[in-house]
Amino acid sequence: MSHGTLHRPRPVRAAERRTPAGPSRVRRHWTRRPNPLAGIGSAVWLAVVIVPIYTMISISLTSQDKALGNNALKPPTDPTLDNYNTVLHNGFPHFLLNTVIVAAAVVAIVLVLCLPLSYVAVRSRTFWSGSAFRLFLLGVAIPAQAVVVPLYLMIAKLNLYDSLVAVILPTAAFAMPVSVLILTGTLRDISEEMYEAMALDGASSTRMLFQLVIPMTKGGISTVVIYSALQAWNNFLFPLIFTQSDGPRVLTLGLFNYVSQFGVNIPALLASVVLSGIPIFAVYLVARRALVGGLMGVGGK
Amino acid sequence: MSTAVTPGNGRRAGRPGKGVRAGRPHASWALPAVLFFTFFAVVPMALAFYLSFTKWNGLGDPQPAGLANWKKLLDDDRLTQSLTVTVLLTVVSWAFQTVVSLLLGVWAAGRQRNRAVLSAVFFVPFLLSSTAISLLFYALLDPNFGIIHRDTLGSTSGAFLAIVFVGGWQFIPFHTLIYQGGARQIPEVLYQAAAIDGAGRYRQFFSITLPQLRNTATTSGVLMIVGSLTYFETVLILTQGGPGTDTAILPYLMYEAGFKSYDFGYASAIASFLVVAATALSLLLVRLTGFGAMRSTREGM
Repeated sequence: MSHGTLHRPRPVRAAERRTPAGPSRVRRHWTRRPNPLAGIGSAVWLAVVIVPIYTMISISLTSQDKALGNNALKPPTDPTLDNYNTVLHNGFPHFLLNTVIVAAAVVAIVLVLCLPLSYVAVRSRTFWSGSAFRLFLLGVAIPAQAVVVPLYLMIAKLNLYDSLVAVILPTAAFAMPVSVLILTGTLRDISEEMYEAMALDGASSTRMLFQLVIPMTKGGISTVVIYSALQAWNNFLFPLIFTQSDGPRVLTLGLFNYVSQFGVNIPALLASVVLSGIPIFAVYLVARRALVGGLMGVGGK
Repeated sequence: MSTAVTPGNGRRAGRPGKGVRAGRPHASWALPAVLFFTFFAVVPMALAFYLSFTKWNGLGDPQPAGLANWKKLLDDDRLTQSLTVTVLLTVVSWAFQTVVSLLLGVWAAGRQRNRAVLSAVFFVPFLLSSTAISLLFYALLDPNFGIIHRDTLGSTSGAFLAIVFVGGWQFIPFHTLIYQGGARQIPEVLYQAAAIDGAGRYRQFFSITLPQLRNTATTSGVLMIVGSLTYFETVLILTQGGPGTDTAILPYLMYEAGFKSYDFGYASAIASFLVVAATALSLLLVRLTGFGAMRSTREGM
């Protein structure tokens, strides 16, 4: 972005104004006076965020017969953990484990494949490396839904149907385009001089990958880890189409199946939603900075 | 500002041959990633086109069917309706999410303690998977249990707005984060200059913050538009395309044709249409915004 938008104050005027205002007042624009409009706005959004979460927890602690027709905004009169018990005894731990396996595998595949590719895309100047990068650039917009029918055919032919591998491989493939964009973005910031310094030491491309590129792109790598783990965590369509039995069922699909399994037992359904949020909420509590910082990176920070 | 590596830079080194080759890996390093992505994303795309000219019920082998599926697609009233709903959903979601996350992001960029605490709370919805969030609102919008004791999902506009709201509820925290990162990168000196010139808070917002967030808005907008194609599970869980077929977005139409009616040829025709539309959209976005080129931290300033 150009600096042309910056209107430089004429020096004389600046001097006049600065004296009465005092330098500390203009130093940080955000710590001056309270902003009432922003206060109201953030309070409204707080309600939008909190009310559904509060209602969810409140209903999940109410027994089914009491929840019906009850005012959901009132706290439960005698809270019960029965709904959580129901969920935990209906395969929840198993589904969670499957999701964790899928997420770990997806992250590993994405990193192992995308790091060398991004390295080549940024450093190599051949026609082929440029084409490889453009392939992934276009891939950003391929909707996973559009390929689910042919993938179903391929996975059936490969004898992978109804296995975790059938979920892992396509999920990893579809996490790759954005990961490549993130990694190339960070890799571009390594200066030419550092490569040259290592080249003078006689380092090979492989050594540069491990001793320069990977240490210097830690930020990008952690973003990619979080991004691809989230893809696996959120993925619904691939498991829905490529798996069938309880064995390879992941959490999202497990939750979806509770709809028909629990039927009108809405409190149990909400308990399953609460439970599904707990593991990642724990991660958030422990590593909020890393998580938030990494996600900011998806926006190209 | 940018010191990004440009093609000629390597030649500056004293020993040209060495400098050019410094840390420039062979293009074949990109091969594993390219092959993997091609197999699981590009080949299925081609296969979708092929299948759109066949008749296949999911068992046995696809039989050639000529243009039958495409004729059916063009004659299908639901296609026009579905296309309208998809575009409308994308545009309305983009507007809703951009306005809210821009305001929240700029607000959260302030360093006050209360803003930091509230931002941490605002982030919580993003921790739940889209399936979990869809289930949460499926339960909360249930006329017998939820907060609103009315059949929200029974009316066309109610169902549509519910999908927009649920999508926003999940993704606004993420885009807020992107805008927060963007707002924090705006050079403080711009605000100092504006304050010296006597610009008030709102004038500063419209004359400095908004123009400076142009690139952030582009990145976030591209992610939103591409991401709104993934509202599939929200539609499947909340409305099942209903009432009638009023919220049947393209991916849902495809899912129904394929995995409910077992007409995979027809589903592939819809999928191919989706691929063409999405690729055209992404080419347009990449052209218009230079999305691929500007993702380095040193650029965009």
